[in-house]
Amino acid sequence: MKIKVFVTPKKNVLDPQGAAVGHALGSLGLQGLKGVRVGKVIELEVEGEDTPQLRAQLEKLSRDLLSNPVIEDYALEIAGK
Amino acid sequence: MSRPIKIAVVQFPGSNCDQDAFHLFATGLGLDTRYVWHKDRGLGGADVAVLPGGFAHGDYLRCGAIARFSPVMEAVRLHAERGGTVLGICNGFQILCEAGLLPGALIRNSSLEYRCVTCELAVEDAGPAFNSRTLGRRLRLPIGHGEGNYRIDEAGRERLETNRQVLLRYVENPNGSLASIAGVRNEEGNVFGMMPHPDRAFERFHTSQDGLAVARAVLSFRFPEILKKSA
Repeated sequence: MKIKVFVTPKKNVLDPQGAAVGHALGSLGLQGLKGVRVGKVIELEVEGEDTPQLRAQLEKLSRDLLSNPVIEDYALEIAGK
Repeated sequence: MSRPIKIAVVQFPGSNCDQDAFHLFATGLGLDTRYVWHKDRGLGGADVAVLPGGFAHGDYLRCGAIARFSPVMEAVRLHAERGGTVLGICNGFQILCEAGLLPGALIRNSSLEYRCVTCELAVEDAGPAFNSRTLGRRLRLPIGHGEGNYRIDEAGRERLETNRQVLLRYVENPNGSLASIAGVRNEEGNVFGMMPHPDRAFERFHTSQDGLAVARAVLSFRFPEILKKSA
């Protein structure tokens, strides 16, 4: 089973990296750019079934380790076998 | 309390200011100081836990994110809950924020650059021992970090200001920190974190010698006698 955890800076938290990338995109000619947020994707490969217990555990680990709720949001994506 | 103060400097894989911190407390202040490895489950009876600067566990994922799960951190948490003094310097500050022992978080410097410079700092009124009367209105301490940009939500910031938890502010903000915050303490006044390095500011060859007074001020929250000894 493949799991992706998307971690992004919270909307109201300054994102210096996103601002710098946005600046570069603008100077390379991208018109109408309204915002850039730079985050990360963490890919996991886990054996076994997609169960509510596993989901609950993944939610907890995403909050405790993979993201910092003070500054980041996360989203889980669980793909089939 | 007449018994000597015991200091534990926590070493994580990737700590690189552990010896500086050790030297500050052992030589600078003449205190009983020892190292504790991150896999230890206790602090060896120390009164003060010091989390030094560096790149604990490579700072992978986020600074301090993996270090907060090191076995020793359970002992640090218990120590803090019982009112024991904890000081995090630079990476140590990041670890304490990740562990939830201090409010807020530290993100990438707004310049995206690593900043290594001696900073002028304004001393805040953060309690009976940590204020401009005991430390002077301005201090100079070196910083060396790429992720020292302090962030906290509006409600959290109000709590910091109302409870006088801000220890130091940059006079010229080097990293984009909210409200120029360079260091904070917890509400109870026994856990401290700062990006500037008192451990790099006490020898004659350092750019400043203000680190000793800062270390004493931190210790004096629980050990007021340390201020008398230094007088």
